[in-house]
Amino acid sequence: MSEAAYVHRLKNGLVLVAEPMPWLKSAAFTLLVPAGTSQEPEGLQGLCGMTVELCQRGAGQRNSRQIVEDLDFMGVERSCSASTFHTSFSVAVVAERLPQTLSIYSDIVRFPHLPENEVEESRQTALQELFSIEDDPSHKVFTELKKLRYGCAHGRSPYGTAEGIEITQRSDILDFHQRCYVPNGAILSVAGNFHWESLKELTEKLFGEWLPSKTAEQRSVEVRSGQQHIQYDSTQTHIALAYNCVPYQHSDFYQLRGLISVLSDGMSSRLFTEVREKRGLVYSVSSSSQTLGDHGSVLTYAGTTGGRAQETLDVTIETIHSLDQGISEGELSRLKSRVKSALVMEQESSSARSSQIASDWFFLNRIVPRQEVLAEIEALTCESLLRHYRSFPPTHWTLVTMGPEAVELKNAV
Amino acid sequence: MRFENVRLDNGLQIIAEVNPLSFSQALGYFVKTGARDEEVEMAGVSHFLEHMVFKGTERRSAQDVNRELDELGANSNAYTCEDQTVFYMSVIPEQQEHSVDLLTDLMRPALRDEDFETERQVILEEIAMYDDSPPYGAMERCMEEFFGTHPLSTRVLGTPHTVGLLDPDAMREYHHQRYAPDNLCLVAAGNVDFDALVKQAERLTRTWRPRDFQRSQQIPQHRESRLELQHPPAVQQYTFQLSAGVNRLDPKRYAVRLMTTILGDDSGSRLFWSLVDPGLAESAGMFAQEYDDCGLIGLYLTCAPEDAAENWEILEAAVRGQDQPEITEQELEIARNKIMSSMTLSAERPGNRLFTIGNAMTLRGVYEPLEKSLENYRTVDIESVQSALRLFQGQPSTRVSIGP
Repeated sequence: MSEAAYVHRLKNGLVLVAEPMPWLKSAAFTLLVPAGTSQEPEGLQGLCGMTVELCQRGAGQRNSRQIVEDLDFMGVERSCSASTFHTSFSVAVVAERLPQTLSIYSDIVRFPHLPENEVEESRQTALQELFSIEDDPSHKVFTELKKLRYGCAHGRSPYGTAEGIEITQRSDILDFHQRCYVPNGAILSVAGNFHWESLKELTEKLFGEWLPSKTAEQRSVEVRSGQQHIQYDSTQTHIALAYNCVPYQHSDFYQLRGLISVLSDGMSSRLFTEVREKRGLVYSVSSSSQTLGDHGSVLTYAGTTGGRAQETLDVTIETIHSLDQGISEGELSRLKSRVKSALVMEQESSSARSSQIASDWFFLNRIVPRQEVLAEIEALTCESLLRHYRSFPPTHWTLVTMGPEAVELKNAV
Repeated sequence: MRFENVRLDNGLQIIAEVNPLSFSQALGYFVKTGARDEEVEMAGVSHFLEHMVFKGTERRSAQDVNRELDELGANSNAYTCEDQTVFYMSVIPEQQEHSVDLLTDLMRPALRDEDFETERQVILEEIAMYDDSPPYGAMERCMEEFFGTHPLSTRVLGTPHTVGLLDPDAMREYHHQRYAPDNLCLVAAGNVDFDALVKQAERLTRTWRPRDFQRSQQIPQHRESRLELQHPPAVQQYTFQLSAGVNRLDPKRYAVRLMTTILGDDSGSRLFWSLVDPGLAESAGMFAQEYDDCGLIGLYLTCAPEDAAENWEILEAAVRGQDQPEITEQELEIARNKIMSSMTLSAERPGNRLFTIGNAMTLRGVYEPLEKSLENYRTVDIESVQSALRLFQGQPSTRVSIGP
């Protein structure tokens, strides 16, 4: 079912991980650079996003326009984003184009021109992106939840703040780039159709001379409980809810994954059934788990109209607590088939696989083979899931709501 | 890779692009009815019906349907647009028989009264959710203005008013007419056992009767029109403009799509360089959409409200200015590569091929292997792209803008 993954550590700390999928025409890579928003100096929120924007405006032998034209000419599908601990570049391309594409990206992270005359444009672009979130309450409510839950360094939005973006200077960007665009702590993951020896050689050539720097210490993530309502002139009230769970690194993570699946995966899941199907309270309700550093949270979203927000929140929390009454055999077998299908289909997407193995390496320092995931999932039982829920019951609740109707967490929480 | 195409006696068409090397298979029913085929007072019925399809059949309760979909481990969903309603799932090949049984059964939903009321609430929530998204509202309003009395002006979700008044009996009658076998196409892609698929579908649909539904077609009349809407909480200004394009059988459509890519793709296009790259706008772009009897070319701009007027002039100058340089061979080649590469990458998944071959057959009556689809773009020359641009420039337009 799965080909063996390769790992190659460069002397400077960059790790290349790769999994061949020779049946595909494509290759995809994910490049994680340890330049996250948690590295931004206090007050310069938005610096991380402005830096990645400016890096793409000229690098190596190419100016801004040439980078875009060359990538477009090769039909490269791409995106980049800032997160708490990383800036990441995700790329998919027809396999023959992989070497040249990778070479452009090594220029972008290692040799950006960071041109003075484009700093203003990068600032404007960053502000535009920030404003676009303002008009998307279902997204904005999670930005606020993150801020409330993780506090100052770890709760920052990848889009920054208007104040931070306004005062960021080119010197701040140069400094951030020098400090954080480094190979120690960087991960390059590749999946798809490639030749391992050539890829290894190419990676050495493109990244081998990249100089490491002193590693910034990763402060441990702390969470805060609390609740907040943001009065907003929308039709729906948007509810974002979080509570503690085990992180991705935890040996019991698959128990949690099973519980989330029972709660939220598919149309027979408990949240979909209780909140939408039985009561028609929402169009959209879902849960997922997120690991930030060494900390795990379950995040839940629901959106509902006038007068029904408190009921929606109450039913959602009740449904989460209903896990304490046990998991049925049917729920268990459905979650197993869903995971099994998802693993089969992952083999059809080089992008999905490259992003999965990058995250495996970041959290675990190893690639989890599909067979192992399958075995972990097969080993779940109704008893093990219930035991896990009771050993790690939801705690440290955080709630943010945005809309016309204020709601509150009741005592049950 | 093998293409199969069969029509049953009751009119049901079954097609498949079979690839025994695929890990999965995708299955879908493409129903040739959508918002454009609705009576005005029943706006939203196709979409409402799409929801009701999952609420159970004679043989299955709503819980059974949801449970079985999850037992199959299926990636399943449905969508409704202006001219069709599509139900689809991706499964591992061993699940073919159960999946076909379920999907086919769903085409004959029970449409129970009690489910109808709960689902009405869910749809009103869906409408409310889009109400909180100003660009969606502007685009919807722009379609209404642009198409005027033409059926394509109908909102896919309907309005709170039409959804609020919709009657279960009217929906049953609509279903009876439109989900007839000769108005459906069963589509499969990937690792599919086609013979088994046909045999099973034949058995399951034996009692279904054709209805000979014909879509009414007409050429829309467009006029110049400008509309300003208010959405007080909005931070950005969203502007859409539509003008006439080409229909989906028009051989010029590939040239039109290349032209909109050159002028308005989200990376490296003329609008990108003049508005997005300098940070003047969050987004600015151009796209083409084709229908049976007409088509449209759309322009959009998102930026700060105070900059909207000036930015719109820059956008107009880039796409309609007489002093703009002619489209070059290099621009054409980049656009071609972008489109062709994206088609190639997306074709790796049976779940994507399902839509490509399903749409081509139900909307244009053809099957095209990937190589043919690529060829359609590869063979467009620069003169055709330049003349597509001139054709666009001569059309009247409808513009709707929404902001604080």
